[in-house]
Amino acid sequence: MKLKLKVWRQQNNKDKGGFQTYDVVAEEHMSFLEMMDVLNESLIAKQETPVAFEHDCREGICGSCNMVINGRPHGPNSGTTTCQLHMRFFKDGDTIVVEPWRSRAFPVIKDLVVNRSSFDRIIQAGGYISVNTGGTPDGNSIPIEKDVAGEAMDAATCIGCGACVAACPNGSAMLFTAAKVSHLALMPQGKVESNRRAKNMVATMDKEGFGMCSNIGACEAECPKEISIDHIARLNREYVGSVFGGA
Amino acid sequence: MSLDSKIPKGDLADKWTNYKSKMPLVAPNNKRRLEVIVVGTGLAGASAAATLGELGYKVKAFTFHDSPRRAHSIAAQGGINAAKNYQNDGDSTYRLFYDTIKGGDYRSREANVHRLAEVSTDIIDQCVAQGVPFARDYGGNLDNRSFGGVQVSRTFYAKGQTGQQLLIGAYQALSRQISLGNVTMYNRHEMMDMVKVDGKARGIIARNLLTGELERHAAHCVILATGGYGNVFYLSTNAMGCNVSAAWRSVRKGALMANPCFTQIHPTCIPVSGDYQSKLTLMSESLRNDGRIWVPKSKEDAKAIREKRKKGVDIAEGDRDYYLERRYPAFGNLVPRDVASRAAKVACDDGNGVAPTGLGVFLDFASAIQRYGKSDAHSKGLDENNQKLVTELGTKVIEAKYGNLFEMYEKITGEDPYTNPMKIYPAVHYTMGGLWVDYNLQTNIEGLFALGECNFSDHGANRLGASALMQGLADGYFVIPYTVGTFLAEEIRTPAFSPDTKEFKTAEAEVRARLESLVGNKGTKSVESFHKRLGLIMWDHCGMARTAEGLKKGREMIRALKKEFYAEVFVPGTQDEFNPELEKAARVADLMEHGELMMVDALDRDESCGGHFREEYTTPEGEALRRDEEYTYVSAWEWDDNNPVLHKEDLVFENVELKTRSYK
Repeated sequence: MKLKLKVWRQQNNKDKGGFQTYDVVAEEHMSFLEMMDVLNESLIAKQETPVAFEHDCREGICGSCNMVINGRPHGPNSGTTTCQLHMRFFKDGDTIVVEPWRSRAFPVIKDLVVNRSSFDRIIQAGGYISVNTGGTPDGNSIPIEKDVAGEAMDAATCIGCGACVAACPNGSAMLFTAAKVSHLALMPQGKVESNRRAKNMVATMDKEGFGMCSNIGACEAECPKEISIDHIARLNREYVGSVFGGA
Repeated sequence: MSLDSKIPKGDLADKWTNYKSKMPLVAPNNKRRLEVIVVGTGLAGASAAATLGELGYKVKAFTFHDSPRRAHSIAAQGGINAAKNYQNDGDSTYRLFYDTIKGGDYRSREANVHRLAEVSTDIIDQCVAQGVPFARDYGGNLDNRSFGGVQVSRTFYAKGQTGQQLLIGAYQALSRQISLGNVTMYNRHEMMDMVKVDGKARGIIARNLLTGELERHAAHCVILATGGYGNVFYLSTNAMGCNVSAAWRSVRKGALMANPCFTQIHPTCIPVSGDYQSKLTLMSESLRNDGRIWVPKSKEDAKAIREKRKKGVDIAEGDRDYYLERRYPAFGNLVPRDVASRAAKVACDDGNGVAPTGLGVFLDFASAIQRYGKSDAHSKGLDENNQKLVTELGTKVIEAKYGNLFEMYEKITGEDPYTNPMKIYPAVHYTMGGLWVDYNLQTNIEGLFALGECNFSDHGANRLGASALMQGLADGYFVIPYTVGTFLAEEIRTPAFSPDTKEFKTAEAEVRARLESLVGNKGTKSVESFHKRLGLIMWDHCGMARTAEGLKKGREMIRALKKEFYAEVFVPGTQDEFNPELEKAARVADLMEHGELMMVDALDRDESCGGHFREEYTTPEGEALRRDEEYTYVSAWEWDDNNPVLHKEDLVFENVELKTRSYK
């Protein structure tokens, strides 16, 4: 299939950046990133600078890849990362627009690569259980209801890609933060410090320049791991608990 | 050079306990002054950095990723082994030890493997305490499943995302130490060289990948946890960034590389579909709990499937060859990975392959769907003979167990694995070889340690499923925090190192020259094109089946490729900027040299064992023929551009009798 790609090129954080158009011949079995590899090989053959984009595992789990494809984070398919999107979902002659995540808290580094260290700092603010290595009780000493463990797992499945922020008109990181707060608050081990955790993580989220949540739900719709916004409700409960000295 | 493995004396089961109780300790006030560099933040690196931080050492951790949460440990699907014996099915520390030694085809160290089995149970407790959401049963207890090469259920899991959950657990522990100021984290920093001062490892040269700036970092010791070298084959289940450079740069500074030819080819991956392909995707070994592997008995049927005139479901039960069940009735579809991979190769080489390329076999869930469906119908009091209902119920059970894997398969291939059997083929997955380390996980260079996949220590010639996660976390949480003390206890009088000495400056200048020669080269060929060619040479000559002739030829081909690389590679951009092509070029250059050493090692080892299969050495049934008299040793290689030097560490088996591995 013959495609026209409109790709965002930006030399660095100070550069203004703009779209460049390229012609690419792809096959329908290729993944989207393999199609980008083809583009880059053609640029290198012309001794031009290839398009910088983030990628690693290429199996939808590391959370590195981050392209806004035709206006949607990770492209047209729901529950799919950019690396798992295949070209059979496009047609011969299509024009595809490729952009980086756009958010104040994710500054562009080069082309499609952005800096997502703000996510790390949210986790560092409390996205953990305060336990040192060693001296922990037997794994079966605290039974956890199967469904509760399952719900915690659904929240913990977040890959930290940032699609939720890219999708949100406010650039809010509520779904990311809520997924971690919810995962840990659901487990008895994590319950102990859950109010404190919620308070500190939300404070860091604000400090990093992420926007407010206004219940639009675009985050859930674009999340490649289909994490539910119900977790945001749990975050709010934990946060309220921390403010009013709840459990 | 004589290799001292430093294995403690005494009974196997008491070695670690006794050693730990008597080893030198570093007092808390001294720990605060001792600096430790950890390179890599996968399971081994993140868990080590976090734990050393907790203990009070001053830790600097480095990753080339944008965040320590991205390392490829995250992609491990199936699970993590531990000898908890929660299932009451006869498991024990000894049995996990024995299975691992046998699974590794008797090419690993007894003492290291026993220690691994001992600490396996602590890992599960630790991860549960961190909030890892392992699968539970209805009673709220931890659930288990089976993996290949064993007859007990000892694998703990979190859906098909166990690696992700364990890595996030370690990442969170690391994040806590970062927030407490005990660990300084360097994201997007790649180790370019290891620096020795007076023969001891005292630091690294790191490249800030955002700016290209070279940085000198000094410490009292250096811990490498930089993963495996599967990407030497270009196509593998490894992430795109996985590379051998940190280990290889250390080898060039005198560290020994052990058993480099021991690579694991995983039997269940999605087959190659075209030459544009950049990586292969694994389908978890856990699928072999319920999936049955087969090819058509007749070549005509196989051909018809390849040409899409027939589908897997069209082949009658009697016309299918469930070759693993036929050849290995005791273990059936759950034989170890090396055995399953070779059997798939034999089936396809015979012309019975089912993928369009001829390289593919079926992994079929139809019987499991029927079995689970019937059982579910029975327990719900519904009609067990209603075929439609049974299929519906059984499909739901399979979906609950493996849903995310089936979805991934469907996304990649566009085929529905619930109604038609999956097509799979072996692919490079893991490397058992790695830096030579002693019992303390220290390399032959004092102060340089290696953890996880980047060392050679625990898996012999073949790794059992769900044991990589176990080893990474064992090394990081429970071994290195103790054993690093054996070195650092002697260093408490050593003041902090300056990174401004001539050793550091020379190393930095060498790195700069190397990178500048790559970007300054006036070639025309892309780095990617060389990497692809390297991968093909490795796969054809040092892959699933090897011969002396092929290995000699392969080595020559790599040497020629290396020459061509330095003459004709084109690397765009400059050194002083964010330049992913330059990163790749430096990594591919190191992979080529390492690939050559793999050929040398495979040629030296005139036997077949585990993942190393030499066609000259087979039993009459076509199984691997070990030669224990001559080859019960670890090959530790000292690099030389022309003639790498072999150092042997004899493997002594005091507790396990060497037997022909049988899964029949």
